[in-house]
Amino acid sequence: MSSETGFDPELYKRFPTTEARPEGELEQLEEVWCGPRRPWEWITAINNNYIGVYYVGAAMLFFVLAGVLALLMRTQLALPMTGFLAQETYNQIFTMHGTVMMFLFAVPAVEALGVLLLPQMLGARDLPFPRLSAYAFWAYLVGGLCFFASLFFGLAPNGGWFMYPPLTSTTYSPGINADFWLLGIGFIEISAIAGAIEIIVGVLKTRAPGMTLDKLPIFAWAMLIFACMIIIAFPSIILSTLLLELERALGWPFFDAAKGGDPMLWQHLFWFFGHPEVYIIFLPAAGAMSTLIPAVAQTKLVGYRLVVLAMLATGFISFGVWAHHMFTTGMPQISINYFSAASMAVSVPAGVQVFAWIATLAAGKMRFNTPGLFAVGGLVIFVMGGLTGVMVAMVPFDWQAHDSYFIVAHLHYVLIGGMVFPLFAAIYYWTPMSSSRPLSERWGKWIFWLMFVGHNLTFMPMHLTGLMGMPRRVYTYLPDRGWDLPNMISTVGSFMFGLAVLLWVVDMVRNFRPFGNKDAGNVFGGPGLEWLPSGRYSLRSVPVIKSLYPVWDQPDLARDVEAGRYFLPGAPRGERETMITSPINAEPQYLQRMPRPSSWYVWGAIFTAGFFLILTIQAYLVSVISGVLAIYCILKWCWGLDRPSGPATVDVGGGVRLPTYVSGPSSHGWWAMVITLIVSGMVAIMACFSYVFLWSRRPDLWQAPPEIGSLPLTLGLLAAAGVGAWASQGALKLDRPRSAGIAAVLMLAATLAAGGAFAAEASAWWNSGLRPDASSQGATVYALLAWQGTFVGISLLMGPFVLLRWLCGLVSSRYPATFEVVALFVAFTAVQGAATTLLIRLFPGVGA
Amino acid sequence: MLDPAGPFAGPIQTVAWVLFVMAAVVMVVVLVALGVALFGPRKWKRRVGGERLIWIAGLVFPVVVLTGLLIYGLTTTARVADAPKPGEMRVRVTGEMWWWRVAYLDGQGREIVQDANEVHIPAGQPVVFELESADVIHSFWVPRLGGKTDMIPGRRNFMRLQADAPGTYGGQCAEYCGGPHALMGLVVVAHAPADYAAWLARQSRPAAAVPSAQGPLALIDQGRNVFAASGCAACHTIRGTEANGLAGPDLTHVGSRQTLGAGILPNNQGTMAGWISDSQSLKPGNRMPSYAVLSGQDVRAVAAYLESLK
Repeated sequence: MSSETGFDPELYKRFPTTEARPEGELEQLEEVWCGPRRPWEWITAINNNYIGVYYVGAAMLFFVLAGVLALLMRTQLALPMTGFLAQETYNQIFTMHGTVMMFLFAVPAVEALGVLLLPQMLGARDLPFPRLSAYAFWAYLVGGLCFFASLFFGLAPNGGWFMYPPLTSTTYSPGINADFWLLGIGFIEISAIAGAIEIIVGVLKTRAPGMTLDKLPIFAWAMLIFACMIIIAFPSIILSTLLLELERALGWPFFDAAKGGDPMLWQHLFWFFGHPEVYIIFLPAAGAMSTLIPAVAQTKLVGYRLVVLAMLATGFISFGVWAHHMFTTGMPQISINYFSAASMAVSVPAGVQVFAWIATLAAGKMRFNTPGLFAVGGLVIFVMGGLTGVMVAMVPFDWQAHDSYFIVAHLHYVLIGGMVFPLFAAIYYWTPMSSSRPLSERWGKWIFWLMFVGHNLTFMPMHLTGLMGMPRRVYTYLPDRGWDLPNMISTVGSFMFGLAVLLWVVDMVRNFRPFGNKDAGNVFGGPGLEWLPSGRYSLRSVPVIKSLYPVWDQPDLARDVEAGRYFLPGAPRGERETMITSPINAEPQYLQRMPRPSSWYVWGAIFTAGFFLILTIQAYLVSVISGVLAIYCILKWCWGLDRPSGPATVDVGGGVRLPTYVSGPSSHGWWAMVITLIVSGMVAIMACFSYVFLWSRRPDLWQAPPEIGSLPLTLGLLAAAGVGAWASQGALKLDRPRSAGIAAVLMLAATLAAGGAFAAEASAWWNSGLRPDASSQGATVYALLAWQGTFVGISLLMGPFVLLRWLCGLVSSRYPATFEVVALFVAFTAVQGAATTLLIRLFPGVGA
Repeated sequence: MLDPAGPFAGPIQTVAWVLFVMAAVVMVVVLVALGVALFGPRKWKRRVGGERLIWIAGLVFPVVVLTGLLIYGLTTTARVADAPKPGEMRVRVTGEMWWWRVAYLDGQGREIVQDANEVHIPAGQPVVFELESADVIHSFWVPRLGGKTDMIPGRRNFMRLQADAPGTYGGQCAEYCGGPHALMGLVVVAHAPADYAAWLARQSRPAAAVPSAQGPLALIDQGRNVFAASGCAACHTIRGTEANGLAGPDLTHVGSRQTLGAGILPNNQGTMAGWISDSQSLKPGNRMPSYAVLSGQDVRAVAAYLESLK
């Protein structure tokens, strides 16, 4: 195999090493990675062994809370025309049930599983951005709890989880309920994106040496595809929540048909996110299934490559099916046919995975333990959900089934079979990795059967009630329609499901003991690296990977790893460190220094959550103060980044020396910035789509853009900003005595040029007489300007930040990582500004 | 949809049966494979436990089944959503929070007469429904006659429905539209064609004048006065009288309707009186205030008056 980075694969042959490890090395490693000692340190902890457990725990808390809401709804619907819940309460509760399950449980739960498991599976000490994980977690927990609490004040959103305007516009939802949804969810999505960036860089850059992509554990593949899908899909929901909030707060008519907006724009943006979302939830769970079924059957996964290809195919196709939620909106026949075909096609890769699991179970011997039961039960339920999915992909059938209880049944079969059961399988399977006691097998089997029967009892009759004409999202129904009996059965089943979850909670309290010195070990005989003996530092030494199933195929692995005979057996710099490897062949590249706990990111998260939530209740001054404090905390956090220390290279075992500092495309920070910019670019692209879409609805409302003569000034300043950012990097690389200062000043000038371009463009539009609240053109033009303005604003923070770092002697040609990242951002801002300016100036025409 | 009553619902039921059979067959295939994998004899297990199963059952089999279904689905998708052609019978239904404004149109699309919450059609011929919204998104659904189509502000959608036989067909709003969405029902009444013409002619007439007289007629007369004095006309129209409000349902022939409150109550003097005095507990959140200020006698009178508007 040719080398990807120039690393000599022959070096792998030095491992396992034979010489004895020095005295005190293990003790030092333990000390460096020590857990919390004082109460406050439980909050500032950043090791994924802590954050991962917190994260899964919080997600399960929201699962239980949203489940309680479901039981309240089922109680109300047990009989026709009951008064258990008032109409408004019910409407809030069903909105919150869907929203909390999707945004506060499903996505965070699988992301949390990734944070908890990936470093263990990949042989890393931690994910590459531990503080970002912590920030994402705390922002999610604080924001999520406050959001949920809105229910207790009757302020919870009541527009349904897909929040269709105009029902959710100020005319029909004048209260702040909808704002809670828009700001709360928009903000939690940002936390999800932060997690996705972490996961992509983690999977691509922190694998054990030799873990090439074709030896990547299937769960890591799933998480990689999951995270990439978040990067593409979530910008759409962020944009749509921003647009609706702008319409609500400032009257910019994106969705208001009277001024040229279109409610369908929301549906396109929402479902462009919303349907991939289903697969975003499903893929990691499927990855977990593909990981634990081989352990259950004690044999290798049949069709590893087919399963990976199937997951990739799912990821791609899922972006072409969004409009199947809109078959009844009067779309043109041709698009209906296309989306119908694509929706059927997306079931094929799911079928491939299902049969890969069945083939694996046949190739080995199924052991009927709790993870196995949940896996098989989930498989059966998921297949049934998939089949009803094919049914509703048939357009004529969907005209009947759409928005009826048939859909409620379908989506719960898919999500519970495709995500909840696999998640429970995963919890039972991996608990012995985190906890010193496994969960009870006897209880587990009871819980499984209660849940399996309860699920089918609840949702099977809903197919029928739907076909009998019962629409979804109704707080009550009239007697004499024949809906009474199936509804009563559903309610009984739901309480059975609830009992199963209650028993599980009790068993967790009885047996789940995380954060100890010892874990229960490889109870189920799994094959992955996560089952090697480990401490808070993860593996004592990072092995060279030669197989997909290292624990099964390399019999001495556990002993050698524990004896420190592989890479990085200690903490060579006395710091938290992890090895960064190359994205394809996982060749060692450098040693990343990891942060120690501090409190800035926790405060940053709390103030960020505070900013959005306080904004909702319209206490603008307090909100702004909270926002400024958040920015301060984050800048303070960033200030401590990129501080090289110690020798330029260190021995990571076997005499292999790795650099301790790199920049550019090899470094993890560069990757994270590029992915962040892809997210931003996606938002801009979706905003451009909105602009063109609304023009196509009402071209008569479009007025002429500002005089073309003002365009060169904007473009010239943007070009200056782009060139300045690029040149400043070049200047830094020259490595002359004054190059750092010149670079910093050039960068400041570039950010000022970007600011100037923004000011020029915004004033040109203002002077042209276009106003944001006047028409859909005004709304979209100023939305694009506002988006660009946000980037300009961040650039204007970065310029002085870089200058300050230079004054403090922190910018140098040898340590350019921070500088490069800032340059990327400023250059992106210039390019984005030029692209959006050209669109709004030249399309649909320059004249009146 | 389990009991289709017209040519736009029937084929959907056929499609549904085809799909159910497909789903059952696939489910059996999966369960058999799973059963063999879990409990089968070793020889059978070996056949199932390889990549061949994935290729055949996971890839080829679904592709064949889905392609067949897709072709079948695309060829049976009736042209229900085309714009109306000249001469087709047209009804415009506008979704309002939380009732239906109904307008009968002539061949050129001009409005003949307005009504609410009840759509009358001739049996045995397709009717083009022009679907619009006055506020938020609603969805028009009469399960026994066909699929559903959304009513979206700023847009106009078309859907054809047909009832083969005279009768009454229930329907409901299918897109969540806030508040009492659950109680936004409607009724479609299909008449024999001759009866339909008579119905439309009757409907087009203004409300009959109420003669001042003794007995029950006195009550009706009193009801008309209370109606006029209590502000009802601000929202409701009764053609032939001074009542010309547009916010609420047209009441010109409200006495001839089968239901009250958009499909939720049978229509008689008792329910009408209950609706007037306490509509907010019968249908919480609806736009009509409860007229609890009216005396029992006044309420009975208004109910009698409205029920007389046949």
